[in-house]
Amino acid sequence: MSETVLLQAKDLEIRFGGVIAASGINIEIMEHKNLAIIGPNGAGKTTFLNMCTGYLKPHAGKIFFDGEDVTGIAPRKLVRKGVARAFQIPQLFTEHTVLENMLMAGAAQARNWAPLTRIDRIAQRGEMVHMLEMIKCAHLADRLVSELPEGQRKLIDIALALALKPRLLFMDEPTSGVASSEKFEVLEIISGALQESKVTAVFVEHDMGIVERFADEVAVWNRGQVLFRGAPDDILKHPDVIRDVIGEEL
Amino acid sequence: MTSILSKRWLLVFIVALLIVAPIVAPSTQVLLTLALAKSLAVLGVIVLLQAGQVSFGHALFFAIAAYGAAFLGRSMGGGEILLNLVLGVVAASAVALIVGLFIVRYRHIFFGMLNLAASMIFYSFLEKFYYITGGSDGLSVPRPTVLGMALERAEFEWILFYGALLLVLGALALTHRFLTSPLGQMMRAIKTNEVRLEYLGVSSRRVLLAGYVLSAALCGLGGALMATAQGIVTPEYAWWIRSGEFVFIAILGGAGSVNGALVGALAYEFVKNYAAAFAADIWQLVLGTVLLVVILFAPNGIVGLSQRLGNGRSEKEEAGQ
Repeated sequence: MSETVLLQAKDLEIRFGGVIAASGINIEIMEHKNLAIIGPNGAGKTTFLNMCTGYLKPHAGKIFFDGEDVTGIAPRKLVRKGVARAFQIPQLFTEHTVLENMLMAGAAQARNWAPLTRIDRIAQRGEMVHMLEMIKCAHLADRLVSELPEGQRKLIDIALALALKPRLLFMDEPTSGVASSEKFEVLEIISGALQESKVTAVFVEHDMGIVERFADEVAVWNRGQVLFRGAPDDILKHPDVIRDVIGEEL
Repeated sequence: MTSILSKRWLLVFIVALLIVAPIVAPSTQVLLTLALAKSLAVLGVIVLLQAGQVSFGHALFFAIAAYGAAFLGRSMGGGEILLNLVLGVVAASAVALIVGLFIVRYRHIFFGMLNLAASMIFYSFLEKFYYITGGSDGLSVPRPTVLGMALERAEFEWILFYGALLLVLGALALTHRFLTSPLGQMMRAIKTNEVRLEYLGVSSRRVLLAGYVLSAALCGLGGALMATAQGIVTPEYAWWIRSGEFVFIAILGGAGSVNGALVGALAYEFVKNYAAAFAADIWQLVLGTVLLVVILFAPNGIVGLSQRLGNGRSEKEEAGQ
């Protein structure tokens, strides 16, 4: 498979008061290579996601998606270009059912604005039900989102992003809030869904077991910079990484 | 299932009552026509409440349509009722599109207050530019023809009442349909998570603007109807108390469903009318108490209360079987 650069970040910089959250970030994200971002708290991992998905505008530097300059454009325009995002704390429509959440995503993706068609009868329904099957949540379709436990909400959150048929999906700690006994199972489900949808994923993760198992590449963040990047086997054995990032978790 | 049934039955019951009311009790006809006109404006307010936004200025659209009907009727030496209504809806929607472009950028208290400000600007205009608007005396609205036919007052009022009833039922059905459509559901999503809506590739401002224009169109329909029924328009149509009344009725009837607009408007007009007749000095006190009771004991309004009673009954029936 030829290597396509899907997203390229060039010299990204951003400051919050005295805190430098990005100080010259340069990274290329390859299509069909899932990238895990690891690093200590406050390293600027989420800030990087926020810049790549349009939530924050970098003070300096450029972001290219599929060769096009997308620096600082609004989230909803980036979504249209094929960049989706799942959140660390699930961002859902809590007064709607699981299926209604998915149907809204389906309607948004297809730009279905028919003002007099009931949402549960739109053409995208079949696809959205299938999506719920893919993430093993079909049995929850009619439940109110506010009734669900965190783990299931995270899956729905990711499914909403996948429903947009993105080429690139950013996930901020997909397994945080999931009981550690269930983490692998949840990630197994996500990774199956990603493969079926042929989406490239970039995910922030603290659990090195998960990184080893599910990432094709790892990038190590610290103090607003990318320190290392490479195959999980090499990176996770690097003495500096063990000392600065994994150290306390061993 | 039961809740849907009891909701339907409530509506069927009320519509049946409305159909026979002017025949059984002719004195209620005018009052009921005004209540129907108001219910359309309340429906508009309910549309925005779905998105969690309260407007304290929707009398603006009510008044624009009402004055539109007055100007049209006067310039045509009577005018035609259908034209009055169409012009009212078009004028209110057009103004909502312009005002809305600015207002949908704001939420909650700012949204409410900016609407209030816009309506009070129009109120001042109506008061001060008396060469055009007749000032605080207002303008008379000549009785229009109905499909080209000039009618006597009694006939006209009959047609106006049943026509209003049909319009209200049509508006309830269409608005309900809109609120269950993807766009309508996204309006409701503005209430719970705008960030996610943007991350679905949807502009929450545009969604709210669509709802805003719809809500103004409904207010416009109500205003044009009210002007035609009353035969006079005054700046009071745009007064902030009028806007507050729409919000009051929405909460009284139940802001969660479109039927709340009709149920609330009828209940409100009756309480107000009879409280004013029997307790002239304290009718506001009666209304205030009713609202307190509703908020405390029936937060989903009269419609919610009737549903709860309906559910309770069917549960008892099931338990008995």
